[in-house]
Amino acid sequence: MLEHEDRPELRHHFADVVQQRNAASLGMWWFLGTEIMFFGGMFCGYLVYRRAYFPEFAAGSRSLSLVAGTVNTAVLICSSLTVALAVRASQLGKRKLLVNLLLATMFFGVCFLGIKGYEWHDEYEHHHAPTFYFNAQDLVHNNPNLHMDPQRTKIFFSLYFALTGVHALHMIVGIGIFSVITFMAWRGKFTPEYHTPIEIAGLYWHFVDIVWIYLFPLLYLIDRRPGA
Amino acid sequence: MERKNYLNAEYGIRSWLLTTDHKRIALLYLLSITFFFFVGGFFALLIRLELLTPAGDLMTADMYNKAFTMHGQIMVFFFLIPSIPAVLGNFLIPMMIGAKDLAFPRINLLSWYIYIIAGGLYIYCLATGGVDTGWTFYTPYSSLFSNTHVVEAGLAIFIVGFSSILTGLNFVVTVHRMRAPGMTWSRLPLFVWSHYATSIIMLLGTPIIAITLLLVVLERTLNLGIFDPSRGGDPVLFQHLFWFYSHPAVYIMILPSMAVISEIVPCFSRKRVFGYTFVAASSIAIAAIGFLVWAHHMFVAGISLYSALVFSFLSFMVAIPSAVKVFNWTATMYKGSISFSTPMLYAFGFIGLFTIGGLTGLFLATLGVDVHVHDTYFVIAHFHYVMVGGAVMGYLGGIHFWWPKISGRMYPEGWGRLAALIVFLGFNLTFFPQFIVGYLGMPRRYWQYPPEFQVYNVLSTAGASILAIGYLLPMVYLLWSLRYGKLAPDNPWQATGLEWKTTSPPPTFNFDETPVVTWEAYEYETMPLPDEVTLER
Amino acid sequence: MAEHTEHIEHSEHIGSSGFYWLIWAILIVATVLTAWISTVDLGVFNTVVALLIATCKALIVVLFFMHVKYTSEKMTKAVLLSAVFWLLLLLILSLSDYSTRYAG
Repeated sequence: MLEHEDRPELRHHFADVVQQRNAASLGMWWFLGTEIMFFGGMFCGYLVYRRAYFPEFAAGSRSLSLVAGTVNTAVLICSSLTVALAVRASQLGKRKLLVNLLLATMFFGVCFLGIKGYEWHDEYEHHHAPTFYFNAQDLVHNNPNLHMDPQRTKIFFSLYFALTGVHALHMIVGIGIFSVITFMAWRGKFTPEYHTPIEIAGLYWHFVDIVWIYLFPLLYLIDRRPGA
Repeated sequence: MERKNYLNAEYGIRSWLLTTDHKRIALLYLLSITFFFFVGGFFALLIRLELLTPAGDLMTADMYNKAFTMHGQIMVFFFLIPSIPAVLGNFLIPMMIGAKDLAFPRINLLSWYIYIIAGGLYIYCLATGGVDTGWTFYTPYSSLFSNTHVVEAGLAIFIVGFSSILTGLNFVVTVHRMRAPGMTWSRLPLFVWSHYATSIIMLLGTPIIAITLLLVVLERTLNLGIFDPSRGGDPVLFQHLFWFYSHPAVYIMILPSMAVISEIVPCFSRKRVFGYTFVAASSIAIAAIGFLVWAHHMFVAGISLYSALVFSFLSFMVAIPSAVKVFNWTATMYKGSISFSTPMLYAFGFIGLFTIGGLTGLFLATLGVDVHVHDTYFVIAHFHYVMVGGAVMGYLGGIHFWWPKISGRMYPEGWGRLAALIVFLGFNLTFFPQFIVGYLGMPRRYWQYPPEFQVYNVLSTAGASILAIGYLLPMVYLLWSLRYGKLAPDNPWQATGLEWKTTSPPPTFNFDETPVVTWEAYEYETMPLPDEVTLER
Repeated sequence: MAEHTEHIEHSEHIGSSGFYWLIWAILIVATVLTAWISTVDLGVFNTVVALLIATCKALIVVLFFMHVKYTSEKMTKAVLLSAVFWLLLLLILSLSDYSTRYAG
């Protein structure tokens, strides 16, 4: 019971902080497991249709900006670095460094969303957003030897927007979580003995990065060979 | 004068709505799912009234579509899936492993609020016109053609899925990290093993239906076309994704009920469970193999023959671990000292009815037979035998078995036995004729039928009214017992298990001192017999 | 389970910041590589290579940024592998339906 008085962050139903930390960690890993399945359902749809409608998927993929996709991938990798360094800073009790790294993480996250938003806007302007105004005739004309079906192209863009949209939602939630955590860090709530929220938020953030690591080749790099 | 326990520790609505005590949250769930049980039951009533006559004369066909859709969705998503885990699992698991609470008490409360929000959205959908797609939301009808509130229903079920996921998450982490000293995996009550397996399914399966329903909602609102065949979409893809969850979901519904049976049978046979290791392993096996059989719902939907063969074979395999449990429960009773208490009557009912339901599942897994009986009342009878004859009987048995612990009162045993018998008789009269009429060719989801099927439908409706009485009785006498029931001792059944070592009702933190476990589960040979008076009340 | 106070430092691996920068560099190089190699004609292997590189990147993030390499918790690896395996079940069994239709 003495430990519960010493450690206000220790919740009453846990025997000690290690048990609490291990429970939090296992809980987050299981949650990430559910997220793998959540995105996985869309990956299943993607795989089925890519197999069936490869020319349309390839053409749709080529119409996405390779530069934007590559830069965004790099941006997320930078944010994973800052998060890993932030966890390290909290392990070493370096409060100022911790806060700066958390802010950097959120900054990269916002950059990613900005670039993504720009891409979506661009796609919307080209009538490639799967709304009522969808029109893929430009892609059909640009790829005459593929004999593309515009309806099938819409399926590519539907999955593209669903996948990147759900991913972006996860990013927004992640940024929200980090803003709370940054505030807590600034207030000095974390010590080398207790920084579990940063660790588990970091796990979540790395996962969102990993989803993008797969989305990038699956959406942007279907067929970029010359002459395709 | 009254000892402090979790019920009287604090008073007032805030202490209930903001509680993090797993026992209070279990009661919040008990009230909520009971409410939805009766809403779902109301739709069942409408269905059975319409089917009294061959003509479609009570309601329009559209209305009938809504009735069976909402009956199914409410019963599956808002009653069966949460029922035992969220009520009995929440209440008992921490106590059974010697912990003060679940690993994440606030997330537990959050899961209830998510359930309530989802339930509210579904009631809104119901009140503004309902949904008529069938509980299975098949596309392109749900994604394109239906004029009903598919989006609201889909979102409600999407949201309630997260309640399920959080419950499963809590259970898994709790069992891994919160066991008392000495409570090794091999000493865990089988109730915990079954709920652990259930939680794995909840965690790995539910996200798939979440994303699938989200895609249907997006398809409907943005007119995407991914499930519309006229635009290159694939309705069978929807079915693959839908059933990847919805088949394991039936194991989410039955495993907790099996968990209850595994506790009741040894207690009222005064014998340890036969083959503990096999029963525990069979829970895991059911969860694992249960994920490999989903396309048996799609045998006639256009999947490849080779795929159908594989899924048919795997569906036969999944029956094996279930059979192991039935054999082991039976072997537990062999040469035991049996008493016919209310929980034991429900357990007997479960074992018999689940066996019938499970065996008819094998009929359905047989490709040739399924071509004939798919989408007939044979299927409906099959799943009601396992879901109602199985899961609901287990739920009622569990509620009675642990009622003394939960409420501190004994229910009236005579009424309990009577209700159990009425449920058993009413159930069989309702659903056995459906096997026959389904085999004879009556399709499901039809609101009118050829006159030669009427006699079976009349029997079925008669049975349903008797079943309804059987369900209403416990509502009455359990409530009565809260005020007038005999005060319950700590361990009225002389059962093993840590939950019986604490008071009835338990204190807020379950145990005055964390127990240290040095004994195996189900050591009934060392337990005294229950009071004669307890059983003969 | 109750007496764990002596384990406060037990599983906290603290990486050096240089090491994390190295991991970052590897991931950036892999990203540029995957973007470039998609423009090279490798026939059917383009997809294989792209996914292989993606998987390597993911593994590096999991092992080093998410500390899975240094954790003493077996459950972490078990959970991760289970979820991935389950997803593969969905993908493989569904695709096996599609790929065996119209066969013969």
